[in-house]
Amino acid sequence: MLNWWNNLVSFVPPDILKTIYLAVMIGVFILTIFVAVMYVTYAERKVIGYMQVRIGPNRVGPRGIGQPIADALKLLFKEMILPQDADRFLFRIAPMLSMIPALAAWAVIPFAENWNFSNINAGLLYILAMTSLGVYGVIIAGWASNSKYALLGALRSAAQIVAYEIAMGFALVGVLMASGSLNLGEIVLAQQGNIFNWYWLPLLPLFLTYLISGVAETNRAPFDVVEGESEIVAGFHVEYSGMGFALFFLAEYANIILISALTALLFLGGWLSPLEGLGPLFPAHLFHLPYIGALLASGPHWFIAKTCFFIFCFLWFRATFPRYRYDQIMRLGWKILLPITLIWIFVEGVLLYFEVAPWFD
Amino acid sequence: MKNLLHLFRSFTLLELLRGMRLTGKRLTTKKFTVQYPEEKTPQSPRFRGLHALRRYPSGEERCIGCKLCEAVCPALAITIDTEEREDGSRRTTRYDIDLFKCVYCGFCEESCPVDAIVETRIFEYSFFERGTQIMTKDMLLDVGLKHEEQIAADRLAESAYR
Repeated sequence: MLNWWNNLVSFVPPDILKTIYLAVMIGVFILTIFVAVMYVTYAERKVIGYMQVRIGPNRVGPRGIGQPIADALKLLFKEMILPQDADRFLFRIAPMLSMIPALAAWAVIPFAENWNFSNINAGLLYILAMTSLGVYGVIIAGWASNSKYALLGALRSAAQIVAYEIAMGFALVGVLMASGSLNLGEIVLAQQGNIFNWYWLPLLPLFLTYLISGVAETNRAPFDVVEGESEIVAGFHVEYSGMGFALFFLAEYANIILISALTALLFLGGWLSPLEGLGPLFPAHLFHLPYIGALLASGPHWFIAKTCFFIFCFLWFRATFPRYRYDQIMRLGWKILLPITLIWIFVEGVLLYFEVAPWFD
Repeated sequence: MKNLLHLFRSFTLLELLRGMRLTGKRLTTKKFTVQYPEEKTPQSPRFRGLHALRRYPSGEERCIGCKLCEAVCPALAITIDTEEREDGSRRTTRYDIDLFKCVYCGFCEESCPVDAIVETRIFEYSFFERGTQIMTKDMLLDVGLKHEEQIAADRLAESAYR
């Protein structure tokens, strides 16, 4: 079978073949992300419904499993309305601008050792750049709509993301100080050991700061003043309908998945298994059992499980916390999270200097 | 001291965690949602739904055209015309209820001295054309005829309180 395939493609130069393989893989991956995003929206409605002692969508297919598909089809068939005074070009590209960075950032995310599209050494910087680019989509959408609510939403988004980007950046500085690398794969490998060696424990304040900033960065409740239904209708995407709105929606959820994946990578040991390195509790020979061993040992399934946990946390936060007032958001970002990260970076520096075991030796 | 306590509480995120514990618990509790078309909530015998005009078991219509219901109706939804029948008794020639005006307060039912106009348990009805929302005397009598058993049972159940 494989031989036959090799014969078929033998006349194609290997370089081009490699590119084609890569393109196909990227296509499949993006499709997977889209499906994941669709089912995060479903999960959100279900989880929040359950937390509010409701059932949530349950009419389309068994347990409402077809609901996201129905939603997507509905939005596809709707007209995309272009406001009369809108900037036509910017209005059209804004949804794409918010969607593309959310997908592009996945290029450097390792699902397991060397399981990524490009293993670049400045992976963390690339991620930081991509997540920051996403805000342009929001700002341009707000400006191009030529509507006061959209503009207010865009302004809020700009200020909020600047504020939380800094706290987030400093939290990342802490991670790269501890791991000594900007490569995401190496950051995960630096956390090897057992569950208590992962950075969530030694960098607990940074971990929490990163999680909170991540929620703020994706404009999710309780930091969703950018949308602020009760104040500014829907914020930056009031004027969008049909596919444009769907793209913003997809981008928001793609960002949630991305931030969850990053938190899992940077602070929860990525693909590392929480059962490893626990000594007598889970002896090494357990991991060499057929089938079960592969499940217990490190692998992409642990990374996906951790990501799902953080996605669940995002939904949990939304079901629990009321929206922050705008000045409170600014205060939290500048006066609390930023000093915490600075202090902990200093503490971490001291710990590193004295090589405190078991984390910083 | 108070400030320190506040600081401790905010930096350990205790209050946030307590809130999350509450919502987390609700995740697994039994859900209250009634799956409407398949499941229905129980109704009281005092339920006030679609109107009906009743007849006596002999077939004689109960309504004597006293117009008390028309007078008491807060939404002015009832219109009645009366005439003398050949046998000398007063009967309605027209008894219309505009269901768009009706607020289902049940005053007509309460004011009726002969239990002629009643509100039934029917609540799943709709109108697809303008004008069809007006229930005429014949339509109301039909409803009464169709659901007499239920109507009589409900009146009996409530008779002790009237």
